[in-house]
Amino acid sequence: MQTVKMVITGPFSSGKTEFIRSISEIEVVSTERDITTPAEQVKDQTTVAMDFGRITVDDDLVLYLFGTPGQRRFDFMWEILAEGMLGFVVMVDSSKPETFREAKSILETFRAYAPTPYVVAANKQDHPDAWSPEDLRIALRIEDGVKLLPCVALDKESVKTVLLELLYSILEEMEL
Amino acid sequence: MALKGNLRNFSTTQLLNLINLARKTGMLMIYEGIPTGEEDALGEPKYTPGKQRAAVAFKNGKLIYAEMGTQDGNLASVLHKAGKLNDRQAQVIRERASLTSDKALALLLIQANYVTQADIVASVQQHTLDIVYDLLTWADGPFAFNDGELPGDDRITVPIDLENVIIEGSRRIKELETLNDELPNLDFALKFPEDPGDKFKGIHLSVEEWRVVSFVNPKNSIRQIAKANNMNDTEIRRIVYGLLQAGLVELVKPPGMEEKARQAAGARSRKDAPQIKKTVVNKLIDRIKTL
Ligand SMILES: Nc1nc2c(ncn2[C@@H]2O[C@H](COP(=O)(O)OP(=O)(O)OP(=O)(O)O)[C@@H](O)[C@H]2O)c(=O)[nH]1
Ligand SMILES: [Mg+2]
Repeated sequence: MQTVKMVITGPFSSGKTEFIRSISEIEVVSTERDITTPAEQVKDQTTVAMDFGRITVDDDLVLYLFGTPGQRRFDFMWEILAEGMLGFVVMVDSSKPETFREAKSILETFRAYAPTPYVVAANKQDHPDAWSPEDLRIALRIEDGVKLLPCVALDKESVKTVLLELLYSILEEMEL
Repeated sequence: MALKGNLRNFSTTQLLNLINLARKTGMLMIYEGIPTGEEDALGEPKYTPGKQRAAVAFKNGKLIYAEMGTQDGNLASVLHKAGKLNDRQAQVIRERASLTSDKALALLLIQANYVTQADIVASVQQHTLDIVYDLLTWADGPFAFNDGELPGDDRITVPIDLENVIIEGSRRIKELETLNDELPNLDFALKFPEDPGDKFKGIHLSVEEWRVVSFVNPKNSIRQIAKANNMNDTEIRRIVYGLLQAGLVELVKPPGMEEKARQAAGARSRKDAPQIKKTVVNKLIDRIKTL
C-alpha cells in the first residue's frame, strides 16, 4: 500500500485544524491542549504536536494530511512533518494582519525544507475583517506563479478546492 | 472586503505600495487608537479606531488628496502656507469666502489674478505631500481603507505618482527595525520586475539610489552591491527597501542559495524527492472530487 502526505501549515489560530477536520474521513487525531498563557487565549485549544487526518483513495492508496502546530515553541516538529511531503498549504488568517509577517516566514521556512509545490489559502474569508486574496498577495509578496486561494476552512467545498488546486500544481510540476 | 489593521503591523509605506500595485481607488483613514483591553494575535494590546487623525484619497493607484485631522486644509490656508497669499489676503478670504467651495474659490482667485492655476496645483500638491510624508513616520494607529470613497466634489485634487512618495518615505524611516524586519537577508539578490512599464520614468532617485539600481542583477547579492558602493548595512537596507516598496525592483534568491538553504535544513534536493507517479496524483484528484 502507498501512502502520500500533504502538510497544512500557517501561524497560530489560522485554521489548520479546522481545515483538516472539514475533509478528513476520520476524526482528526489532534494533539490539542488547553491554552494556558493569556496572550493566546483567543480560543480554548491549540495544537501542540500535530493534527492528523486521512483520506482513503482505495485499498492501495491513502492520503495523510498533517497539520503543524502553530506556535513557534513547537516548531521542532515542522521539519519532521515536512519530510517526504507531496506539497503543502500555507493557511493565513485573512482577518489578522498582525500574523501576515509570521505567515510569510513560515512559508519561506517550508520552502527551504523541500522543493515541493505549495498553495496559500487566504482563510476566514467569511470574516467581516478579512483582507481580499488580491490584497493578501501583495501584502505577503506572493509571486504570480503561486496560487493564492480564498478559503473558509469550515466549508468542505472550499477545502476541497484548495487541495485540488495544490494537486493540479503538483501535476503541472511533474509535466515539466 | 475589508482592508483594516494597525500601522504597527502594516506600515504606511506598505499600504502605499499595496494601493499603488493594486491601482486602488478609495480613502485611507488613520485614527487615534483606543485600547480595548484585549490583545491581538501577537499578544499586543488591541486598539479600536477613535478620532480621525488623517484621511488620504487615491484614484487608480495615484495619490490625489490628503487632510490632517487637526489642520485647516482649506485652499486659503494652503495658499497662505505656500506663500501665494499674504496674511491679510488669507484673512480676508477666510472671513468673506468661508462658504465658498475650494474649487469656486480657486476660479475666483485665478480670475482676480491673485494666483495662477499652476500656483494652485503646486501648492495643493505640496500640501498633500507634506501630510503624507508626515504620516509615513507614524509607527502605529488603526487604519482602514474605504474602497471607492473619494473626497467631496468641491475639493481640489492633484494626482501624484506614488513611486516617488514611497521612495521619499523610505528615506525618512526612523525605526531601523522596520528595515531589518522587511529585509532580513542581505544575501538575496535583486531583479527588475517582469513588466517594469514606465515605472522608472519620472522617478527622482538620489545618486546613491541610482548607483544601487545600476548593480541590479540576479547574480549580485545585496551585500555585494553594498560592498561595491561602500555602503553600510543600514544605508543599503534603506535604499533597497524604498526600491522594493516602490515596485522598482524585486527580491530573488541568487543561484545556489536555495540549495544551500536546503542542505542547511538537512532536507533533500529535488532529485531525491519522493518519486510518485502521475496516476497517483490523478487518483487523489478523482477521490477528493467525490468527497
Ligand atoms: N469564521 C471562520 N472561522 C474559522 C475559519 N477557520 C477556522 N476558524 C476558527 O478559527 C479558530 C482557530 O482555528 P484552528 O483550526 O484551531 O486553528 P489552528 O491553525 O489549528 O490553530 P493552532 O493549532 O493553535 O495553531 C477556531 O475557532 C476555528 O473555528 C474560517 O474559515 N472562518
Ligand atoms: Mg490546530
